[in-house]
Amino acid sequence: MRSPARAAQAESSSSTEATRPAPERVSPSERRISYPLVLVLLGAALVVAVVVGLAVGSVSLPPSDVTAILVHRVFPGWIDPGWPATYDTIVLDVRLPRVLLAGMVGAGLSAVGTALQALVRNPLADPFLLGISSGASLGAVTLLVTGATVLGTLATPMVAAFAGSTVTLAAVYALASSGGRMTTTRLVLAGVALSYVLSALTDLLLSTASDPHLLSSIRFWRLGSVAGAEWQTLPIPAIVVLAGLAVLLWQSGSLNLLLAGEESAGTLGLDVHRFRTGMFVLVSLMTGVMVAVSGAIGFVGLMVPHAVRMLVGADHRRVLPTAALLGATFLILADLAARTVAAPQEIQLGVLTALCGGPFFVWLLRRQARREKADR
Amino acid sequence: MSHHEVRPAELDIRDVSCTAGGREVLSRVSLTAEPGEVLGVVGPNGAGKSTLLRTAYRQLRPAEGRVLLDGADVFRMPRRSLARRLAALPQETPAEFELTAHDVAAMGRAPHRRRIGGDRLGDERIVTVSLEMVEMAELAHRQFAQLSGGEKQRVLIARALVQEPGMLVLDEPTNHLDMRHQFDVLALVRRLNVTTLAALHDLNLAARFCDRICVLAAGEAVAIGTPVEVLTESLLSEVYGVHTEVGTHPRTGAPTVLFGD
Repeated sequence: MRSPARAAQAESSSSTEATRPAPERVSPSERRISYPLVLVLLGAALVVAVVVGLAVGSVSLPPSDVTAILVHRVFPGWIDPGWPATYDTIVLDVRLPRVLLAGMVGAGLSAVGTALQALVRNPLADPFLLGISSGASLGAVTLLVTGATVLGTLATPMVAAFAGSTVTLAAVYALASSGGRMTTTRLVLAGVALSYVLSALTDLLLSTASDPHLLSSIRFWRLGSVAGAEWQTLPIPAIVVLAGLAVLLWQSGSLNLLLAGEESAGTLGLDVHRFRTGMFVLVSLMTGVMVAVSGAIGFVGLMVPHAVRMLVGADHRRVLPTAALLGATFLILADLAARTVAAPQEIQLGVLTALCGGPFFVWLLRRQARREKADR
Repeated sequence: MSHHEVRPAELDIRDVSCTAGGREVLSRVSLTAEPGEVLGVVGPNGAGKSTLLRTAYRQLRPAEGRVLLDGADVFRMPRRSLARRLAALPQETPAEFELTAHDVAAMGRAPHRRRIGGDRLGDERIVTVSLEMVEMAELAHRQFAQLSGGEKQRVLIARALVQEPGMLVLDEPTNHLDMRHQFDVLALVRRLNVTTLAALHDLNLAARFCDRICVLAAGEAVAIGTPVEVLTESLLSEVYGVHTEVGTHPRTGAPTVLFGD
């Protein structure tokens, strides 16, 4: 019998593509638009979102001026500044940090959601469902309320949130795998249960806090918001999210293998246990830092990977960059809505994403149920 | 693309014992699959078939004993090297993501791929040819989750072929398949020049397609030999507790197992 290698050799001259009959039913994957086109379109959408995000607000600026300010900032010699000096302040100092943070958190949450879904082999996974975000919140709130500092005031909430998310993920993992092999169901159940306990602990802690100003700012942050963005708070999340994205992209081939199943991934050459442990630490770090700066913005990590898989398929080498682009665009626009829909009042970003995400989750469940029914 | 003919491997399982939850599920099993042969493992439920196979594809480290592939301990070689030599089909199916049949089959290139960088020249052709061998090339772009049981199994076998292995370990590859697909899958395995260790439920299929059969009962290898040597009424009644009539297939000469009265 011919081995695949030898058969490939024998057939390398004939064009099998042209002679193969067309399949009788066209699957969604064949209707997909090409991957480079998806990237170009989403890249353009991101640029538009950034410009609109910078232009719209309590004072609306012409998009042309916003674009000119950005170009002038990067290439000072190109354009003569013909706009009022206050525009510079509004765009560069007030709105840009906020738009950048929204974009970074959107990209980061989408990438983390994608990775977690592969790691636990469940399309319903998300940092919030597994309790990681609640752990990060509790960590950050503990230090904020007690007023302790670690590694300086800026890094304190991030270190605390990272500690919280890591301990939570380790606990969820240990709970799910105690007394035998870990199953996805037990993982999600452990995550949900622990997330309730941790949220309750956070509430308990907040009820002991006396400073009303601190309390209201914590409440606002907990529900998810990028309103607190400033230039000086940006570098750490920027580094962690970008480096995290790079590592995830580098490991995207191994993430693909996990989809085959735990044992199958092992037989394809992956040390599943070591890989998963490393990925869990990375995901905790990214989640912790993002929760510290923007609170609990839910459902982005759930919705974006799904939309992206429908666009480009399941290969993580494509899913991760696409999810980062779409997530960044989505959260910049969501934040724009959060600060303009009920202006001058601001809605929390987390409330908005939950309003979109809840129905999406229900739709996902129904779709899965339909598929299971069709299988039978 | 590799231009060499893949050499069938030799698998040597030596005195392997395994425990689970304090209970011994395999006790001192020894078994050698010679290069190119198809070796079947049969036995009642819970006899230890999957456990034995899992030690062979390095999912379960035996409490005692060794598993050697071409003379090298499978637990001591790098995982990727093992994956280039041995392909396995555990009893699990890929997750419910938007994977196409082609995506699933292409996973078999992973151990051959460089850690950084894209596909190597020829990877794509090996995937296509493997899908053609299992007659799934036309459905390559279908969603894996929407394929029938038989189609899924064929795609998973294509994934194993894409690894270009010298050794195949198959855990009940005919499970959930109808008669025709059971036959096709094993006939394909039979045609390959790849050493195969396969756990099988159906004794008639085992008799038809295996060079030799190992009968496991309560974690022990109670008989190893050609189908004619092993599949006897007395052994089957002892191992399965069922009265059978063993005959001879009129054309192939393989033993046939019928239920007795």
